[in-house]
Amino acid sequence: MTKQIHLAAHFPGVNNTTVWSDPRSGSQIDFESFRHLAQTAERGKFDFFFLAEGLRLREMKGRIHDLDVVGRPESLTVLSALSAVTTRLGLAATVNSTFNEPYEVARRLASLDHLSGGRAAWNVVTSYDAFTGENFRRGGFLAEEDRYTRAAEFLQTVRELWDSWAPDAVAADAATGAFVRPGGITPFRHQGRHFDISGAFNVPRGPQGHPVIIQAGDSDEGREFAASAADVIFSRHSKLEEGRAFYRDVKRRLAAYGRRDEDLKILPAVTYVLGDTEAEAAERAAEIRRAQVSPQTAIAFVEGVWGRDLSGHDPDGPLPDLEPELEEGVSKGRAQFRGDRGAVAAKWRALAEEKNLSIRELVIEVAAPQTFIGTPVSVAAEIDRFVQTDAADGFIFVPHLTPGGLDDLVDKVVPILQEKGVFRADYTGPTLRDHLGLAPRPGPSGLAPHPKETS
Amino acid sequence: MTLHLAVALDGAGWHPAAWRAKGARPDRLFTAAYWAELVIEAERGLLDFVTFEDSLGLQSSRFEGPDDRLDQVRGRLDAVLLAASLAPLTSHIGLVPTTSTTHSEPFHIAIGIASLDHVSRGRAGWRPRVSPRPDEAAHFGRREFPPLDLSDPIVTRHVRDLFGEAADAVEVVRRLWDSWDDDAEIRDVATGRFVDRDRLHYVDFQGEWFDVKGPSITPRPPQGQPLVTSLAHDTLPYEFAAQGSDVVYVTPRDRAEAEAITGRVRAAEDAVGRSEPPLHVFADLVVFLGDDAADRKARLDELDGGALASDALVFTGTPERLADLLLDWRAAGLSGYRLRPGTLPHDLTAITRGLVPALQARGAFRGAYETTVLRERLGLPRPAGRYQKAS
Ligand SMILES: Cc1cc2nc3c(=O)[nH]c(=O)nc-3n(C[C@H](O)[C@H](O)[C@H](O)COP(=O)(O)O)c2cc1C
Repeated sequence: MTKQIHLAAHFPGVNNTTVWSDPRSGSQIDFESFRHLAQTAERGKFDFFFLAEGLRLREMKGRIHDLDVVGRPESLTVLSALSAVTTRLGLAATVNSTFNEPYEVARRLASLDHLSGGRAAWNVVTSYDAFTGENFRRGGFLAEEDRYTRAAEFLQTVRELWDSWAPDAVAADAATGAFVRPGGITPFRHQGRHFDISGAFNVPRGPQGHPVIIQAGDSDEGREFAASAADVIFSRHSKLEEGRAFYRDVKRRLAAYGRRDEDLKILPAVTYVLGDTEAEAAERAAEIRRAQVSPQTAIAFVEGVWGRDLSGHDPDGPLPDLEPELEEGVSKGRAQFRGDRGAVAAKWRALAEEKNLSIRELVIEVAAPQTFIGTPVSVAAEIDRFVQTDAADGFIFVPHLTPGGLDDLVDKVVPILQEKGVFRADYTGPTLRDHLGLAPRPGPSGLAPHPKETS
Repeated sequence: MTLHLAVALDGAGWHPAAWRAKGARPDRLFTAAYWAELVIEAERGLLDFVTFEDSLGLQSSRFEGPDDRLDQVRGRLDAVLLAASLAPLTSHIGLVPTTSTTHSEPFHIAIGIASLDHVSRGRAGWRPRVSPRPDEAAHFGRREFPPLDLSDPIVTRHVRDLFGEAADAVEVVRRLWDSWDDDAEIRDVATGRFVDRDRLHYVDFQGEWFDVKGPSITPRPPQGQPLVTSLAHDTLPYEFAAQGSDVVYVTPRDRAEAEAITGRVRAAEDAVGRSEPPLHVFADLVVFLGDDAADRKARLDELDGGALASDALVFTGTPERLADLLLDWRAAGLSGYRLRPGTLPHDLTAITRGLVPALQARGAFRGAYETTVLRERLGLPRPAGRYQKAS
């Protein structure tokens, strides 16, 4: 059966994907930039618009990382503003589950769901580090191995709060004088390892019942959490083969939770470059990659992996003849440099030697991947092939330009996908759950509860 | 000089039975369209700003904690998000949401209000409030609060601590707003730098209740410092307002009390060593307007099973009479009022279409907006960032 493709738009920023040196590059903070990209996505009938989050400015060598494209607004606030200038587009906010509390997150998401008429989504992320914690009351209180036990219990608790109002709790019946239907609000009590809370929730159930849940973790625990509780995975596995492997791995985990393949959509983050010919597209892609990896960015990447100050090194020269410093590291607040840096360094060294790459050429190769490069016809064909061969259910597009970076995708590629019959010609329902083809969430008094909720 | 006029929006209006009044739209209280209509009407009336109530628990007829009444409005939308949703639909009016300093993270509040200022291009305000109720604390499960018996010295200390914590929260939020110099973003191609790290500042706040490192993740808001407002009924909250607010809402019952209260506010400013400018003092009034105002209110009292209880004076009468009162009390040192409409949309429309023209006719209210920036409307300059080095 031909699968329908799901598309989403990611507002660019923070990492080096964003080419801010381009004269067409606009503000990263002005509301007009958000409006432009969101309205472009809605014109393209995209499923949703996505905002990332980082709760502390990253640091290199003990100082704020000044190459980062930083300076972003609070996600839910901007999405609420966007709800007033869009009508169908889903609105997805990244909100951390370590430095927040369930009651507040539940009410903010339910509020966005009301304000947008059922278009809210929550990307549950789990930064737990003491570095980020320095901006919050509790500091770095959570151990790494507990980031997902807290996230899972957090989400479970949030669902309990959403379920504590019956779908028809608000009677607003002036004749009988009942604003709330008797029994419409059930007191909640959650006692668990991370949360011991009770009382009454104070936002009525939103149009979607439960906003859409997105998850972007990658570890085994992250995948398990997604399989148990998420509606969408935002993945970084954007190459065909690794995408298929990830897809298989996550989907096979679903059955254990009584869930079907179609209950969890896998959407890798991708980029694209178009040209009138394949050659022109390739040439543009190479130009963009060079702009994405400035000499300083190249050095910073290698510093991040090597864990050393390499500011004296020539970005157009070879990799340093030094072993990586594996203890402390020089980069803070960056998931990328958390893994096994020794192994990454060895891989990079081998690649540089094999292809005779300078530092900058190497970083362009490893850190500025572009997913789809070609003519509108060939890019549309690739997108479709990835989806039909189960490397993905669709994509979250990260443009390299703010705010016009998806204009040509929507103008040139989307119509081809629509013509192929693999992408909607128009929205068929009002809510994000509708766009994603997810079952509506039954109410607490409704039909089958979510499998997680009975456990 | 023009009076300053704000309107406090909450649910179906400030009478607990307002949702049962004629013209009320109780089935729409949780929709964007309901609020859009109200705020567009307020902007049509050239009002300074609107405030949005909020709390981290269900509304209640009891001060101490929850009740089990189902015949009054229960449930609210998050005030910051509600305000943000109204920003693109308006162009001049200020948007002032309430948040809790007791349970919400100062860092999250700072970026939320800064973002509201960005999406509204300089029209954001903030009303910090404390959340003393034990039932709200149980929603967070991190602290246990004593039952709210105001005669209990433990409660007195508890409330004093909450205000101390609130003052720290305001200080942190204000520091975070300044933690990006206005010109921190440099986009310097030659050096590859997007920002100048010397123009980004750790706020390094350390206090009794929390420490916050900074800097913010959000660039400095267009106003520099969004307008901070607080409601106060006593010396402690007057001092809290004097420490960190730009506007204080007070609740005098008559002109003499208005004079007494402005005196106490000025004394509080001295007590905390406030530097210029002085607080704007706004009196809060619950208003039912029109020839039939008293009857309408009486009817709602009857439906609710008792007379409306309020911390603020409840005014019933014509817009002309209200204009008289506002101008009379003004001489007590008030620079404006925050009116709490008894019912919505009726009493809001009576403000915008009755009271405002009455004040305009007496030369006491603006005939057009002169600025889109909320601070400017209140005569407050855009402050330089506290960490910004003079260039
Ligand atoms: C595509 C993608 C986008 C992500 N976006 C964010 C983000 O905006 N904010 C954040 O704090 N973490 C973000 N993360 C980090 C994840 O939440 C997670 O911490 C990281 O992938 C490591 O996974 P693990 O914790 O399962 O090992 C993102 C991850 C991926 C793969």
